[in-house]
Amino acid sequence: MAELTLLQAINKALEQQMEKDKSVVVFGEDAGFEGGVFRVTAGLQKKFGEDRVFDTPIAEAAIVGNAIGMAINGLKPVAEIQFSGFMFPGYNQIVTHAARMRNRSRGKYGVPMVVRMPYGGGLRALEHHSESLETLFAHIPGLKLVIPSTPYDAKGLMIAAIQDPDPVIFMEPKRIYRAFKQEVPDQEYKVEIGKARVVKKGEGMTVVAWGAMMRETQKALKRLEKENIDVELIDLRTIAPLDYDTVLESVKKTGRLLVVSEQVKSLGIASELITRANEEAFLYLEAPPMRVTGHDITVPLPKGEHHHMVDEKRIAHTIKKLANYEV
Amino acid sequence: MILTSFDPLKKEQFQVLDKDGKVVNKDYEPKIDDDTLIHMYKTMSLARVADIKALQYQRQGRMLTFAPVQGQEAAQIGPMAALDKKDWLVPAFREAAAMLYKGVTLEQSYLYWYGNERGSQFDEGVNVLPVNVPIGSQINHASGVAYASKIQKQDAVALAYIGDGGTSHGEFHEGMNFAAVYNAPLITIVQNNQYAISTPRAKQTKSETIAQKAVAYGIPGIQVDGNDVLAMYAVVKEARERALKGDGPTLIEAFTYRLGPHTTSDDPTIYRKDEEVEEWKTKDPLIRFRKYLTNKKLWNKDKEEALQEEYKKLVNDTFKKVEASGLVELDDVFKYNYAEMPRDLQKQKEAYEAYLKESEEN
Ligand SMILES: Cc1ncc(C[n+]2csc(CCOP(=O)(O)OP(=O)(O)O)c2C)c(N)n1
Repeated sequence: MAELTLLQAINKALEQQMEKDKSVVVFGEDAGFEGGVFRVTAGLQKKFGEDRVFDTPIAEAAIVGNAIGMAINGLKPVAEIQFSGFMFPGYNQIVTHAARMRNRSRGKYGVPMVVRMPYGGGLRALEHHSESLETLFAHIPGLKLVIPSTPYDAKGLMIAAIQDPDPVIFMEPKRIYRAFKQEVPDQEYKVEIGKARVVKKGEGMTVVAWGAMMRETQKALKRLEKENIDVELIDLRTIAPLDYDTVLESVKKTGRLLVVSEQVKSLGIASELITRANEEAFLYLEAPPMRVTGHDITVPLPKGEHHHMVDEKRIAHTIKKLANYEV
Repeated sequence: MILTSFDPLKKEQFQVLDKDGKVVNKDYEPKIDDDTLIHMYKTMSLARVADIKALQYQRQGRMLTFAPVQGQEAAQIGPMAALDKKDWLVPAFREAAAMLYKGVTLEQSYLYWYGNERGSQFDEGVNVLPVNVPIGSQINHASGVAYASKIQKQDAVALAYIGDGGTSHGEFHEGMNFAAVYNAPLITIVQNNQYAISTPRAKQTKSETIAQKAVAYGIPGIQVDGNDVLAMYAVVKEARERALKGDGPTLIEAFTYRLGPHTTSDDPTIYRKDEEVEEWKTKDPLIRFRKYLTNKKLWNKDKEEALQEEYKKLVNDTFKKVEASGLVELDDVFKYNYAEMPRDLQKQKEAYEAYLKESEEN
């Protein structure tokens, strides 16, 4: 066991998998020599050499497209997109090729690659560095999408992602890269892709979050400690394929659903979760499902970001509102 | 003609001023009137002071992350001085000096990096596009701006900037190719400052020079001493004339160096040696230009001291004003997403305002 940050846990997972499996290669802009702008891949080039860990030219289509080719021909690439806001040139490759290859070749070619990218707001960052675009991947059949919120899950999910036969998008909540440490086992272990985690059991209401919003939600719950609201808190961990069973089972028990997301409001992960609750747990609902999200606006630059960013105060406010809702 | 005399495939580099400010290429020394020369020097100096100060503010926690210009002033001011007011500047993200010359105010420039969109709301008649962070994409915009200028007979060119790393991007290639096919009046300046964050230029492309990529587009390409403001001026002047005659784009590689960090979040000591930085400091574009002006009796020590004092004060006062601007109003983050706010967005805003009011009362 070691006390690791989320960032260190990903680094450890990469190191362990590279050690164990020679087909794992790691690359991206500044990901080799420097170990990435956040240092997620620090030390790997030194340890495994430049063939397996390298800096790429600035070209996201090339990064993802090459990862696809490598994956088809026997490697297990873990490609880094420096920030999720810059994945768009590579998005073409992800959507038009990685996601479809297995289906269109009727299983002949799989694309066992991982595309990592830091994402999310609240860091007073430059333009294009604060978006939460997970829906753009979750919407595409054939892709898996995971978002860890703890160091333990980060390591286990990364190992599972590398060993997965299908393309996995691995979004890293950069706001909590170094926010806290957790005991992480030294040995190899997997966190199953497609399984949500019930973080805290409760009877009064189901609250669902993921990524950096887990921490905000936990802070909100702390704020409400004296309010006697019995929340069941679920960390999605995997966005696609989503673990609807765990969420709906909880909703059927509590009768109330709140989804917390830092995405823009409409047509996001929260929308789908609420739709499923309506479709499959309607008769159990004691209140309309609710969500706390950003607005349908371009993420503001730092001096206006607070208007958009979901914070513990707004989450606590909505939890109270939902708890007190009476038909 | 400079563009036909320097062969990009022979690794030739065009220079007018050497690092001591001596004219080494008399034939190509541009004829620039004294007022313009001084205005060029002053803008370079202002950009430098603003840069150094911003770094200080950033270290004090008063400024957010930004991309310093230091060392690249000549590659930006020379070209801008060769443009006409109606020509377009399409920057990447490290062109604060060029933007200043082209009419973006220091206050706007600071405001952008300070995290306020109003910093991209330039004054009427300032033909400058906002800072462009997604690498490569601006080359296509510039090509489109140039194409529109051509078919509407606006008699104006578009000048785009990109970094050495940016030339690896598909969009760089696509934009250059597009503009070349249609003879769009585009000038693209690649500021080859030797690094893309930590990645050295040699890892971006196997081409010996970036200028030689022009050969494949069927357009002129030239490598220029990017720390030589007169060389940069002269070559852009010629590229502009070509473009306006309908002869199409030009690719200019400005061979230069970023003296500062990539951004304030970057630690350059990880990937480059101090000696290398020291070596480049001797080629500082400001020193070279100052010597030239001093030789021409247009500048002296007293003027320099007075200017430094004036700009320190100007920069300080401007930054204080920017700091005093505080946070962005709620209205502003909603009202510019569309020309007319959709009804549902209006409702989202009202719901949020109601929440704010409610949570204030509690
Ligand atoms: C499409 C895209 N990918 C990645 C980034 C992240 N990024 C910002 S600056 C930079 C390096 C740019 O190097 P270069 O083009 O040489 O310009 P310089 O920073 O040296 O001025 C990178 C990779 C980005 N802004 N856009």
